[in-house]
Amino acid sequence: MEFELTPEQQQVRDLVREFATQEIAPGAGERDEHEELPLDIVKKLGELGICGVPIPEEHGGLGADAVTWALVIEELGRADASVAVTVSVASGLAAGMIARYGSTEQRQRWLPPIAAGEMLAGFGLTEPGSGSDAAALRTKARLDAGSWVIDGSKSFITNSGTPITGFVVVACRTGDDAGANGVSTIVVPADAPGFSVGAPYRKLGWRSSDTHELSFEGCRVPEDHLLGERGRGLAQCLAALDDGRISIAALSVGLAQGCLDASVRYAKDREAFGRPIGNYEAIAFKLADMRAAIEASRLLTYRAAWLKDRGQPYTTEAAIAKLRASETAVDVAREAIQVHGGYGYTEEFPVARAYRDAKVLEIGEGTSEILRLVIARDLGLQPQV
Amino acid sequence: MNIVVLTKWVPEPEGTPTIGEDGLLVREGADGGLDPGDEYGLEAALQLVEAAGDGEITLLTMGPEIAQAALQRGLAMGAHKGVRITDESLRGADSLVTARVLAAAIKRQPFDLVIGGVESTDGYTGIVPAAIAELLGLPGLTFARELHLSDGTLTIERQTAAGYDVVVAPLPIVITVTAGATEPRYPSLKGVMAAKSKPVETLTLSDLGLSGDDVTPTQTVAEVTDAPPKQGGETVEFDDTTAARIADVLAEAKVI
Repeated sequence: MEFELTPEQQQVRDLVREFATQEIAPGAGERDEHEELPLDIVKKLGELGICGVPIPEEHGGLGADAVTWALVIEELGRADASVAVTVSVASGLAAGMIARYGSTEQRQRWLPPIAAGEMLAGFGLTEPGSGSDAAALRTKARLDAGSWVIDGSKSFITNSGTPITGFVVVACRTGDDAGANGVSTIVVPADAPGFSVGAPYRKLGWRSSDTHELSFEGCRVPEDHLLGERGRGLAQCLAALDDGRISIAALSVGLAQGCLDASVRYAKDREAFGRPIGNYEAIAFKLADMRAAIEASRLLTYRAAWLKDRGQPYTTEAAIAKLRASETAVDVAREAIQVHGGYGYTEEFPVARAYRDAKVLEIGEGTSEILRLVIARDLGLQPQV
Repeated sequence: MNIVVLTKWVPEPEGTPTIGEDGLLVREGADGGLDPGDEYGLEAALQLVEAAGDGEITLLTMGPEIAQAALQRGLAMGAHKGVRITDESLRGADSLVTARVLAAAIKRQPFDLVIGGVESTDGYTGIVPAAIAELLGLPGLTFARELHLSDGTLTIERQTAAGYDVVVAPLPIVITVTAGATEPRYPSLKGVMAAKSKPVETLTLSDLGLSGDDVTPTQTVAEVTDAPPKQGGETVEFDDTTAARIADVLAEAKVI
């Protein structure tokens, strides 16, 4: 058993922390207010090599391990959840699908610009009528004269409508099989004919991240845009979501840590009845509980990533980490507001934004309910769904 | 184009440093890193080398093992190699001793330009670069807020209280660069990884041909006391004369 990060992992974490503290955190509140995606920050993250952390070296990335990637997302999440999810979806989910299942051509075309921070990309699985029940997706793709023709729609797709969106990996039904084996994934470039991006959602949190509903009406893309093997799309997506869950767990840990940092600062400074509120057991114990919960979530997150790095199964562990960390983030953000009192309910302090940003962590990349299902099944149970 | 950038490990500027019983800063085990004031000069050096299309930047520092961290940061930003001088007899070195040691190290190889910060973010003497210029017998151009190199001549805008002077000197010279003159880059992740394999030479006094007499401080710290707590200040009640009063205060402080 070993709890030390490697020197490389520490250096990456320190660099991301420094950049996030100095360059990302200061404008987060304002970007949230104006729902403004900071493309300049994405570009800078690319220049520093941060967008390329999980992308293979031969495609312009760092080719770092899953623990390092979790550290990156944690540090970004500590400063601004919207930036963290933007980078996580582009470099993690979307680029991860290309890196894992793409042809050499697909990898060479799509990975370098994402590593450079010059392109964002989305992952299109969820539909208006299917979220947790992913296998019920209805978007269809059929082959016609060397092209896939796609009809359908996708919901809540991060990074799908930015000025630098390159593509969305779209899960489509490509066979007669109505179940899991009839699904394939297709890379749909942002400028594909018949692909349109709806108005941005008005969201509770993650407000400066880009989220749209997508529609495909006779959308044509070349046949070679199929990603990996036909009929394996759902399995691919579920594997990508295992990685995505580690990311969301890391983001949750970072968000919660940011709330704890802000709360400790406030509790040492703010006085009531003649002394700092942190010197009252009511507040001190609350902060201690927050820390204990965060540390537990962090260890679960690192362990899931570590298992992945060792080539061992990590589906259940990723689900456990994401479940515990996201619920911790919501709890910690709520308690952070309580520590801040009336000020915490205003946008003057970052904890109000954190509370709004935290809730979706219990939903995206697998709801808490689905995660409990995954964990229960690993116990050998067959709960009714 | 060979540039030597003077670098120093300093304790975390926003922290509270520990002073030992001998009146000297305790560096071992302290939080700290490359002096933020050194990064502006290093950035200027990087830009000069990038513009020239070739050149080598050597980071030079004096200090114990912990100073290695400052070199690593500079190497990650893009400097090519590092030199660290360490010697037990240098503990407590004053500005003149430091300048003698650094000048001796600079002389070991051909160079065109020596760049330092205006002053360190721990000792704040602001003497070392000028002393190095003197010891090397070279022009010392201080407080550069902007610099342009052409045909082996460096032109700087020298920050003054009233504005700036334009100062021109042929290389080789020693300059100091002010905070804000450049916008220091963040090291990239690849830079951080590459820094590990860049050469860092560790030298002792005897490697520099210096002996104990050369490094005997001419000044020692007699006592260290805490700064007096800030006084309450003056409260100006708001009335018709307030604006004029504030203007007077600012004028007295020579701010306006």
